[in-house]
Amino acid sequence: MSAYAFYLGMAYGACALAVVVEALTLRARRRRAREGAKA
Amino acid sequence: MAINWYRYASPATFLPVAERLAPWFASAAAALAIAALYVGFVVAPTDATQGEAYRIIYVHVPTAWMAMFVYLVMAFWSALALAFNTRLSAMMAQALAPSGALMAFLALWTGAFWGRPTWGTYWAWDARMTSTLILLFLYFGVIALRNAIDDPRRADRACAVLTLVGAVNVPIIYFSVRWWNTLHQGASVTPGSSSMATTMLTGMLLMSLAAWAWCIAAALWRAGAIILERERGAAWVGALPSARGAS
Repeated sequence: MSAYAFYLGMAYGACALAVVVEALTLRARRRRAREGAKA
Repeated sequence: MAINWYRYASPATFLPVAERLAPWFASAAAALAIAALYVGFVVAPTDATQGEAYRIIYVHVPTAWMAMFVYLVMAFWSALALAFNTRLSAMMAQALAPSGALMAFLALWTGAFWGRPTWGTYWAWDARMTSTLILLFLYFGVIALRNAIDDPRRADRACAVLTLVGAVNVPIIYFSVRWWNTLHQGASVTPGSSSMATTMLTGMLLMSLAAWAWCIAAALWRAGAIILERERGAAWVGALPSARGAS
C-alpha cells in the first residue's frame, strides 16, 4: 500500500475535504439567509 | 389519499420539505460512504494489474457519474423553468450547480491521481478527460453567468439556456471512449453487465449511492438558502418561526 499511499491519500483526502468545506459553507449560507429573513 | 404535487411547486411549501429531508439524505450518504469504504478497502481484493492504486475507483467513478448526472438534472429543472416560468424550478437548477461543479472537479482530481501511477501522467488531452474538463467549465460558466446578471428572473432564463445548450456535452463524455481512440479505458459497467469483480462493483455502487445522497442533501440545503434569499421580502418569509426568532 505504501507505494500508492500518496495517490490514494491525495484522492480520498480531496474528497473528504470537499465534503467538509461544502457542508460548512452551506451551513454558513443557511445561517446568513435565516438572519436576512429576520431583517 | 391523493397528493397534490403542484402544491410543492411553491417556494413557501417546498422550503419546509427541503429542510426536513436534507438531514436524512446526509445521514444516508454518511452511512453508505462508510459501508463503501469498508467493502472497498477491507473486503475487495487487490487488483492483479494495478495493485492498490485501483482503489481510487471508489471515489473517481462515483464523482464522475454524479458530475454528469447532476448536470442532466440541472438541465431538467432548467427546461421546466423555461417552459413553465416557475421560480422554484430555476432555484433548483441554481442549487445544483455548485455541487455538480464540485463533483466534476473531484472526478478530474481523482482521475489525475489514478492516472499518474497507472498511465505515467496526471493528464492527457484525450476525449473523455477533455470533455469532462469542458463540463467543469460549463458549471463555472453557469455559476458565473448567474452572478453577472442582477435581475434574478433574467439570470434564471439566461442560465437555463446555457445549461440546456451545454447538456450535449454529457453524452459526448459518456460515448467518448467508444467514438474516439482514447487513453481512458472503456466502460467497465454497462446496464445489465459488468467486467468487474463483484466485491469491487459493490463498493463502487455503494459509494455512488453515497455521492448521490450527498448531492441531494447539499442541493436541498442550498435550495432552502436560495429560497430565503430570493423571497426575503415576501410576507410568508417574515412569518417563518426562524425569522421571528423562535427556536
